[in-house]
Amino acid sequence: MTTATATLDRPAQAAAAGEGRIGLRANLRHIGALSRRNLLQLKQDPESMFDALLMPVIFTLLFVYVFGGAVSGKGHQHDYVNYVVPGLMAMMGMNISQAVGTGINDDFKKGVMDRFRTMPIARSSVLIAKIVVELGRMMIATAILLVMGFALGLTIHTDVLHLLAAIGLSAVFGASLMWIFILLGLTMRTPQAVQGVAMLVLMPLQFGSSIFAKPTTMPGWLENFTKVNPLSNLADAARNLINGGPVAHSVWMTLAWAVGITVVTAPLAVARFRKKT
Amino acid sequence: MTTRLSTTKGSAVEVRGLVKHYGQTKALDGVDLDVRQGTVLGVLGPNGAGKTTLVRVLSTLIRPDAGTAVVAGYDVLKQPRQLRRVIGLTGQYASVDEKLSGRENLYMIGRLLDLSSRDAKARADALLERFSLTEAAKRPAMQYSGGMRRRLDLAASMIGHPQVLYLDEPTTGLDPRTRNEVWEEVQRMVADGATVLLTTQYMEEAEQLASELTVIDRGRVVANGRVAELKAKVGGRTLVISPSDPAQLAAMGAAIGDAGLDGLGGVQTDTAAGQISVPILTDAQLTSVVGLLAARGFGIAHIETHLPSLDEVFLAITGKKAESQDGSASASADGPAAGSAHDKQEVTV
Repeated sequence: MTTATATLDRPAQAAAAGEGRIGLRANLRHIGALSRRNLLQLKQDPESMFDALLMPVIFTLLFVYVFGGAVSGKGHQHDYVNYVVPGLMAMMGMNISQAVGTGINDDFKKGVMDRFRTMPIARSSVLIAKIVVELGRMMIATAILLVMGFALGLTIHTDVLHLLAAIGLSAVFGASLMWIFILLGLTMRTPQAVQGVAMLVLMPLQFGSSIFAKPTTMPGWLENFTKVNPLSNLADAARNLINGGPVAHSVWMTLAWAVGITVVTAPLAVARFRKKT
Repeated sequence: MTTRLSTTKGSAVEVRGLVKHYGQTKALDGVDLDVRQGTVLGVLGPNGAGKTTLVRVLSTLIRPDAGTAVVAGYDVLKQPRQLRRVIGLTGQYASVDEKLSGRENLYMIGRLLDLSSRDAKARADALLERFSLTEAAKRPAMQYSGGMRRRLDLAASMIGHPQVLYLDEPTTGLDPRTRNEVWEEVQRMVADGATVLLTTQYMEEAEQLASELTVIDRGRVVANGRVAELKAKVGGRTLVISPSDPAQLAAMGAAIGDAGLDGLGGVQTDTAAGQISVPILTDAQLTSVVGLLAARGFGIAHIETHLPSLDEVFLAITGKKAESQDGSASASADGPAAGSAHDKQEVTV
C-alpha cells in the first residue's frame, strides 16, 4: 500500500472522512433521514396504519365482551378490563413489531436497498430507522388501546408514572422483538412467508401466556410453559404496574429477555443485512 | 489520514483477476479491465455474461472470491467505506423509493451524503431541473414513466458528485425516445468529467457512449480495446449489392463467387433482402467486383460498403451471436423481452 498517492482530483472530501468511519452525529442524521423516509411511506400508504389503529379497538371489544363475561361472570366484564388491557399492551407490541419483518423483506425486492448499501452510511442505520418508526406506530396503538380501555372502565390503581413505566417496558420489549422479525424478514424469501412463520410462532406464545387468562386455571404443563414465556412476564409486569402488586420479578425478567434477545439477534440481523445480495 | 492505492497512471478503475462463483456458475472467471479517468468504458456482453456481478463487486455489494479491484484509489475489499463516498450506481432496476416523491428521494439521499438540510434541498431542486423532472417533483416515483424513473435514478447517483459512476444496463426496457434521453444525460455527465463504467447488451449503446470496450462472455474478457480497434480486428468492410432485377440475385452471387477474385471472402446471398454481401479488404477488390458485374452485364440497383457492426464484432470474437443480432436499434427498443426471444435463435458456430 502506498500512502496518499492519489491519482485523482478531489481527494479532500474523502480525506475529511478519515478512514471512512461514520461518526455518531452523522449516524443519527442518517437514521433521521431514513426514519423520515419510512414516515413518508406511511403517509403515501395509509392502509399500512390499519393494524396500529384498528387492532387495539377490535381486540379490546372482542376480548372484553366475548370472553369478559366467561372469565369474570355475566355482567362483570369490567372486572376483566383491568386484567386484559395491560396484557393487550404486551400483545400489541408483538403484533406491531411483526410488521417490520414483512416491511424489510419487501424493501429488498426493490433497488433502493442496493442504493443504501452502496452509500457511505452505517448499514445498521437502515434497520434502526425501521425500528424507530415501528416504535412510533406502537405508541399510537398503545394510546388507542388505553383510550378504549378507559372507555370500557379501565382504572389505574397506581399512578401515571407506573402507567408510563408499563408503556416503556412494552416498548423496550417490542423493540427487542423487532430484531427477531428483521432477521426473519432478511432470511425468508417472501413477505408472505415471513407473515406465515411469524403467525405460527406468535399464536402459541400469545395464548400460552398470562395475557388473556390466569395461568392457574390452565393444566399444569401449560402453566409451566406460561412461566417461562416472556410475554407472561411482560403482561404480569404491565398488570401489576397498573393495578398495583409486586413488580420486581416480572420487570427484571422482561428486561433480561429484551436485552438477551437484542444481544443475540441484532448482530445476526446486521450481519445478514450486510451479506444479503 | 486516508490511504489511497496507486493505480496504473490515469486508471480510475483497475480490475485484476476478479473471480466470483455461484456454485457451478462462474459469474466472473478472472476478469481484468481498466477504465481510464474521464472516459466511458463499455462492458458488453449477453445476459448472464457476468456484467451485473462485476458492477455489484465494484460497488461493494458482493465480495469476490478472488482478485483485486481498485476504484478511484480505493481497494474494493479493504476500503469499502471510503469507496462508497466516491461512487454512484444506477442499476438495471431503478433504485429509488417508489413511495417517495422525486424531490423527497433526492433530498433523502442528500441528507445521507451529509449535506445540510438546506444544501440537500438546493441540490435536489437543481438536479430535478437538470433532469427535466421539476414538474413531477412532488409526485410519488411510482407514478413516473420508465424513463422518468431512470432519470431520477441517474439524478440520485449524481448527488454526491461521484468520481466513478456505474451504469448497469441503463436503458434496458426503455422505448427509443426515452433511451435517447438517458444517452444524452450520460453524455453530459461525461462531458462534465465523470468516469463511467457502462454495462450493456446493446451494441448501439456501447457505440454511442463508450470510447473503449471490454467484451465479456461467461465471466471472461474475450476482447477489449477502442471501439474502432475492435471493429478493425474483425476484418475489413462488407460490400452490399442489390441487383436491378431481383431474379438475378442467385446468378450474380454465383458469378462473384466463381470468379475467384484474389483475397475475397465468402459471398452471402440474402434472398429476403434481395442483397449480396461480400467481405472485402481493399479498394482494389471493390473495383474488381464492380468491374466483374459490369462485364457480365448485371444491372446494379444499389451498392454500399459498411464497417462491421458490433454484433458482427461479437460474433467474430465469441463465435456465437449476441442476443440482439438483428439490428441493435430495434432490439434495444424492444428491451429485455425481445432479447430473450432472440436467445432462442442463438447459433453456436
